[in-house]
Amino acid sequence: MNSREKILSRVKQNQPEAKALPDIDHFHGNIETVIDRFRSVLVSIGGEVHMVNTMEEIQTIVGSKIPDKARVVNLTDVDFFFGEEISEQTNPHSLENVYLAILRSPLGVAENGAIWLTAKDTRVRALPFICEHLAVILSKEKIVPTLHEAYDILEISDHDYGVFIAGPSKTADIEQSLVLGAHGSKSMTVFIM
Amino acid sequence: MKVGLFIPCYVDQFYPSVAVATLELLEKLNISVTYPLNQTCCGQPMANSGFEHLTGSCNALFIENFRSFDYIVCPSGSCALHIKDHLHDEQEPAVAERTRSRVFELTEFLTDIVQVKNIQARFPHKVGLHQSCHGQRGLKLSQMSELVAPPFSKPETLLRMVKDLQLVEPERKDECCGFGGTFCVTEEAVSVKMGQDRITDHLHNQVEYITGGDMSCLMHLEGILRRQKSNVKVIHLAEILNSVDS
Amino acid sequence: MTKTKDHPSLSEEFNRDEARVDWHDKTLWWIRQKRDKAAHTLPEWEQLREAASQIKNNVLGNLSGYLIAFEERAKANGAVVHWARDAQEHNEIVLSVLKQHDVKQIVKSKSMLTEECHLNEFLHHKGIDVIDTDLGERIVQLANEPPSHIVLPCIHKKKEEIGELFHQHLGTPEGNADPQFLTEAARLHLREKFLTREAAITGVNFAVAETGEFVVCTNEGNADMGADLADVHIACMGIEKIIPQRKHLSIFLRLLARSATGQPITTYSSHFKRPRPGQQLHIVLVDNGRTQQLGRDDFRNSLKCIRCGACMNTCPVYRRSGGHSYHTAIAGPIGSILAPNLNMREYADLPFASTLCGSCSNVCPVKIDIHDQLYKWRQVLVKEGYSPQTKTVGMKVMAKVLSNTALYQRAGKIGRWILRVIPGLVNNRFNPWFAQREMPESPKTSFRDWYTKNRKS
Repeated sequence: MNSREKILSRVKQNQPEAKALPDIDHFHGNIETVIDRFRSVLVSIGGEVHMVNTMEEIQTIVGSKIPDKARVVNLTDVDFFFGEEISEQTNPHSLENVYLAILRSPLGVAENGAIWLTAKDTRVRALPFICEHLAVILSKEKIVPTLHEAYDILEISDHDYGVFIAGPSKTADIEQSLVLGAHGSKSMTVFIM
Repeated sequence: MKVGLFIPCYVDQFYPSVAVATLELLEKLNISVTYPLNQTCCGQPMANSGFEHLTGSCNALFIENFRSFDYIVCPSGSCALHIKDHLHDEQEPAVAERTRSRVFELTEFLTDIVQVKNIQARFPHKVGLHQSCHGQRGLKLSQMSELVAPPFSKPETLLRMVKDLQLVEPERKDECCGFGGTFCVTEEAVSVKMGQDRITDHLHNQVEYITGGDMSCLMHLEGILRRQKSNVKVIHLAEILNSVDS
Repeated sequence: MTKTKDHPSLSEEFNRDEARVDWHDKTLWWIRQKRDKAAHTLPEWEQLREAASQIKNNVLGNLSGYLIAFEERAKANGAVVHWARDAQEHNEIVLSVLKQHDVKQIVKSKSMLTEECHLNEFLHHKGIDVIDTDLGERIVQLANEPPSHIVLPCIHKKKEEIGELFHQHLGTPEGNADPQFLTEAARLHLREKFLTREAAITGVNFAVAETGEFVVCTNEGNADMGADLADVHIACMGIEKIIPQRKHLSIFLRLLARSATGQPITTYSSHFKRPRPGQQLHIVLVDNGRTQQLGRDDFRNSLKCIRCGACMNTCPVYRRSGGHSYHTAIAGPIGSILAPNLNMREYADLPFASTLCGSCSNVCPVKIDIHDQLYKWRQVLVKEGYSPQTKTVGMKVMAKVLSNTALYQRAGKIGRWILRVIPGLVNNRFNPWFAQREMPESPKTSFRDWYTKNRKS
């Protein structure tokens, strides 16, 4: 018997009587306040939020913050935007010097200020982590109250990889002092359209 | 109703005034109380040290002593809880079960069974309330700070019926005092530090007394207070509830 | 005389520096308070705990089925799935994967399982350089110490100590203890590692049987930087980390970070399903005593643990003794009910390192009956013979005295007499109570004496 067989046989032998799964469908959040809640939670965890109506507004805000010659990766599919595109084949290591990555997210969660990105949204998985600053465009209709509604949507999604990102990377490992900017992006901005 | 008075062994030996106060308090409420003379101990010191298997005869003696009562009332949350959780008898399992269901800690007896609405007592002092863990978390004598649930407190409700009593809460409402049975000597350093921190917390409120429902916790705190030559005294809540309204 | 390396003696050492104990205690209490605040933002908090508990109960009863399903889906997703009976086999599997790809340098994000298996030490002896990328873990790695807390690995270290470590190992200016500056230095130092290491090891917070995916939660993004840049991703997990369906993640992700640190969610919750094109994904499923614990009726619920650390933050004993006093990878209340399963002799002291206050069970997001299990382990350990001779004899005497009315009354009378008349017999350095506390005053009469005189007619 190999290890797999040994382990599985011991599990089978030792596991207790099966108990039923609870019904969790009754858990839900409050739809009415989603946008306000998303904004306040994201700000409280170190993110930045802007309510915008047009891409031009985003361009103005972003443009004013990019230093000269900074490398920007833009995956928003909007022509007039600055920045370069990347493809799935781009070597993740080559993204080391990306100053800003701008992406679209298909889903936001109000209770924790998180946005969802799949491998399709980022093209290269490392992108939202390796860039120095991250900006995400999110439609206000795509904000749900809690993770329950989020997973209802994601239940049927088949993605190779996905991630909830809530604010900039952070650590409090040094005497519980919160520092924004650990290994992932140092800042995180969401444009709600 | 016939009430049997169950007095923790160390209260019988070292703090008889607490037992006297409990008895007098119940008598004032016109309750017929008897103290079975042959009782000894609930067995908790052995059980909590891993020797539950040696408590058989202790259990039998308890069942024997308290057989004939409608309620068994005890001025100690941890002793009452121990009996409720661990009293078993192989010979008479049904009697054991009945006994378990009839045991009450003093404040829960007064609140739930007697349903006391006022008490003729006066204690004009500033008193800090210590929540003993087994009573609070085991017997649900008051709400636990960890839970998202509505607040309530049986000891506090009773104490607030006492005239001129200034009752205050420490910052950490329900942190353990560190007594823990044999823990108090096997883990002496941590035990004392925990007790010391409880005292420091109460001292911030400049209390004259620290009270609670378990003399074991108070005995441990008193040991530290007296070693430090503090003026703060400990007093069991039975003694406050039984204080004279002059 | 050599000191036994047990919790009482290690805690006693810890308590010699009272200021430090106060700082450790206050810091962790503050985290407990943040947890309370976060829990109170959700009126359905207690229901979430109940749901999580029931889901995990279901997992324990169906574990073999879920493991088989998970393996099947994970393999279909393109992962290689390995099974390890114990720590040694786990380490050897990891080594063989690394050897296969001729990798000599790796990065590792937080995995308590790898800590349990002493993976770093093992790989080091085999000539493989492991860099822990979680900042707290990197700090203790540089200090050559084990982590003291499962979520906050270097909670026991002051910033000045960290500054000194960084000065020695990373070349930061001497005396600089600014957390912002030190974190920035760590970011640069570790970025270079992320970009040059060919293999990354991560832990697993949750593995979903339904889809074969697993979730890794971090605040720093180090697990992702490792996994997304390396050619080989090895994910190590205990077999109990399985959950049935993807939608159950809603329950667990709502509870995990709030319980651990009071945050609504960790910055990153990465769902790994398929490897990147061209990347190798290995998942190592580890037993290492878990199937044994599964077979223990009284203790199997400890396998529900999602490693949030809330029990440690709330434990008044842990806060005042520190993680290292438990001399095991996972400390605190949960550690004290997991460790004896692995080695009763070595960990017989842990279930006694508690007053059974019950706070831990109340904060546990999956409702493990921790304090009840601590009590039950005490019975098991004594039955198995792990109680010192003197204690056993003492208990037998106590049992005899307390079950005999006459003996009890006589013993009580004598005890009180000694305390009154020859207190020196008790009040001395052989009495541990007496070290820092006065003994209770000794009354002339017991309550029974009073009652006989005043009530019994």
